[in-house]
Amino acid sequence: MRAAYSVLCVDILLAWRLGSISLVLAFLFIALTLVPFGVGPELALLKRLAPGLLWVVIILALLLSLDRLFQSDAEDGGFDQLMLSSQPLELLVLAKLVAHFIAIILPLSLVLPIAGFLVNIDIAALFPLVVSVLVAGPALCALGAIGSALAVSVRRAGLLTALIVMPLYVPVLVFGANSAQMALLGGGIALDAILVLAAMSLAAMLLAPLAISAALRGLAS
Amino acid sequence: MTDKSAYTYVQLDVHQLGVRRGGVMVISNLSFTVKAQAALMVSGPNGVGKTSLLRALSGLLECETGVAKLGQENLATNMLHYVGHGEGLKGQLTITENLNFMFDLLGEPDEERPNIDGLLSKIGLLQQRNQMASDLSAGQKRRAAMARLFMVPRQVWLLDEPFTALDLGGRVWLSEAVRAHCQAGGIVVAASHEPLDFATQYLTLEAGV
Amino acid sequence: MRIQKTDWLHYYANPHRFMGLAQALFYPLWVCAILTLSAGLYLGFQAPPDYQQGETVRIMFVHVPAAWMALFGYSFIAFVSILALIFRHPLGHLAARAAAPIGACFTLIALVTGALWGQPMWGTWWVWDARLTSVLVLFFVYIGYISLWRAIESPEKASRAAAILAIVGFINVPIVKFSVDWWNTLHQPASVSRFARPAIHPDILYPLLVMGVAFMLLFFALLITRMQSEILNQRARRRLGGDL
Repeated sequence: MRAAYSVLCVDILLAWRLGSISLVLAFLFIALTLVPFGVGPELALLKRLAPGLLWVVIILALLLSLDRLFQSDAEDGGFDQLMLSSQPLELLVLAKLVAHFIAIILPLSLVLPIAGFLVNIDIAALFPLVVSVLVAGPALCALGAIGSALAVSVRRAGLLTALIVMPLYVPVLVFGANSAQMALLGGGIALDAILVLAAMSLAAMLLAPLAISAALRGLAS
Repeated sequence: MTDKSAYTYVQLDVHQLGVRRGGVMVISNLSFTVKAQAALMVSGPNGVGKTSLLRALSGLLECETGVAKLGQENLATNMLHYVGHGEGLKGQLTITENLNFMFDLLGEPDEERPNIDGLLSKIGLLQQRNQMASDLSAGQKRRAAMARLFMVPRQVWLLDEPFTALDLGGRVWLSEAVRAHCQAGGIVVAASHEPLDFATQYLTLEAGV
Repeated sequence: MRIQKTDWLHYYANPHRFMGLAQALFYPLWVCAILTLSAGLYLGFQAPPDYQQGETVRIMFVHVPAAWMALFGYSFIAFVSILALIFRHPLGHLAARAAAPIGACFTLIALVTGALWGQPMWGTWWVWDARLTSVLVLFFVYIGYISLWRAIESPEKASRAAAILAIVGFINVPIVKFSVDWWNTLHQPASVSRFARPAIHPDILYPLLVMGVAFMLLFFALLITRMQSEILNQRARRRLGGDL
């Protein structure tokens, strides 16, 4: 367990020192700023689009940051260390996923209200939106990591990773954006959608380490 | 240098090793024995499979055929140290943080954390303890990568191109460490295309073997 | 040290056996495929026009079987990938890689015919209904899968990664279907099911099933052909490049 905990701390520390979150946040705000230029600044329109729009932009920003998830490990021989460890690789990968969640998703959720105000989000939809992102966060990290792991031996794998991960993200996006959208129609948090998201996150966090470990063992040499 | 308890004197036997890489059998039916307390140097032209051999022995690479035994037991990951091409250092962590992380991954749950500062002085990097790993020279990084050898005791050392980036002082230091390790019963297998002065056994790989 | 259990010498033996099998199946498969396809198309044109949609309903005879094959293709890829991983048989990886572009083409045909079918009905060239959207996502799954194969240089690494992706994607497909259905329903519900009584007239059902069989035969005919050519390709490369 010490090894897993250490991986968790080191990955969060590295994400902090490398400033990985700034890439995601920068993309978020750049994309959001472009939207009114594209569809017009009419506030009512933006209000209607806001929850789904924010979800889409979050997904895109995550797709952008995915290739860096494992790339640095691949370059500096870090995978060898993980695989030679006394702890099972699956556990260490799970620690990496949790670290990614803490380092990327949590700050993202904190910044969401600001992003929301840029697109005139309805206050009633803001809390459901943040909840949906937090609940879906583990799924987003886990599924994204699968794509990142599969493409780890490929140079400049950003687009390939995004392509692989996109179909995996569709269900999460559907339920996530919809649960936030439902709040606009009244009724607060859409519990059934949130529960589905929670189930997806749980399943993804349990199963993704298996796929990722299998991929890393074959690929990271 | 490692003043841990000595290892039992056993030899490393490799039978019929077969490793596939890039679609071809880069190593096929390779058998050799490393005697107790010996340091084997594996040489051969580039691409012949020296790295693949070490990685296969370490368990990082799956072998199709063959078995390696240390004494009576199969060679397992927790019996060996592998130091490969990459240093395995995180650039954005200090040397001290890197070594602590290395130990956390490497050590068995019941193994005690070594004195990191003591370790640093052993590898001659005590001055640099709070420097970012990316700020170090290539030779210093190599030494830091070698720190794992002294961190926890393991009988077999697998070293890939160990003299790379090390200056003369570094090479002398490493040779000393290897000799001390072998003296205590350890076994070393090192792949290199330049001469290693600590080698006591030699194996040359040829293409097509 | 980790050791694989299976003897890769099989690889050098089996492709010969496989090539023999492929050669034996080649002509029968193609002949049957073309015959059934012709029969299906003939029946398709014989079927009475829909009272609502007119002649354009005939596109359904291509669209629906193509959609079936799109799904079947990916299931096939996942299935042989699992076999290849468990039994470490390289022929499985070969089959998966060969099947992917075939499945992708069927998916594309399903998408295009779906659009052609829909245009007279809905007045637009594309509409985001559940069925078409799921097939579109499936198309991206195929593209991602094919791209992964092509991006990784080493054949073992590529086959390993592709197999994992195939399995992950296969688990994902029903989840996508479930999500997309939940998201939107505009398309008419799937009107043919093997286990339920079909809700449509036999005049429409039989051509549909015949076309389904025809496409299936076509799939395997194309698969055998692609696998043969890939093995011959590898042999030629080996002879020209020289093996260790």
